[in-house]
Amino acid sequence: MNFDKELDARGLNCPLPILRCKKSLNEMTSGQVLKVASTDPGSVKDFAAFAKQTGNELLTSTEAGGEYTFFLKKK
Amino acid sequence: MDDTKKLAIIATKGTLDWAYPPFILASTAAALGYETQIFFTFYGLQMLRKDLSCLKVSPLGNPGMPMKMPFGPKWFKDINWNMPNAIQALVPGYESVATALMKQTIKNNGVASIPELRELCQEAEVKFIACQMTVELFGFEHSDFIDGVEFGGAATFFEFAGETDICLYI
Repeated sequence: MNFDKELDARGLNCPLPILRCKKSLNEMTSGQVLKVASTDPGSVKDFAAFAKQTGNELLTSTEAGGEYTFFLKKK
Repeated sequence: MDDTKKLAIIATKGTLDWAYPPFILASTAAALGYETQIFFTFYGLQMLRKDLSCLKVSPLGNPGMPMKMPFGPKWFKDINWNMPNAIQALVPGYESVATALMKQTIKNNGVASIPELRELCQEAEVKFIACQMTVELFGFEHSDFIDGVEFGGAATFFEFAGETDICLYI
């Protein structure tokens, strides 16, 4: 999937992936896509909740080999 | 009426472990778009000091705290070093050692430090209010605290808390 910005949140734990994601989105424009890589198992539910509450769309949420990848579209 | 969600937290504890919940919740709420305020009172004032080395964690009288080493092979890390209170109380520097080990564990786990979380809160415009009464009671000076802290009392807290969606006492 195409994306405009990438955030490496691997090795970080709650709430840092969400806080860094918010910061990255702040630097983007509406409609742009952010790719986030995380290793925090809690981030799966957290990113879904973040998207739901902020209106930024969670396009995909996938897991492979203990690593989680999220694509978010900025509101 | 403005539909921004609001969160108010009263932070009353002055230890390293209990500094986490207010700063984690406040920074996350701010990232979710909440207007957030923390009222620091009694021992919670320690979290606003310029020098945060005052924040320690004590295993004494804290049966819920696992005492595990943050280094060495797995079998060694898995040992729980809990000791009877009477022994802990007699060992000089036990609290400092436990605090240093806890800080290392926090770092190993990719968990943010308290200074980092506090800074993230400030960047996200979380408002910090220090209870003026307890500032005086404990003999603190305004200059002991970081910039950006406001000083007020219970009425100041209620002015914001009365309008909130979530209000927590920690």
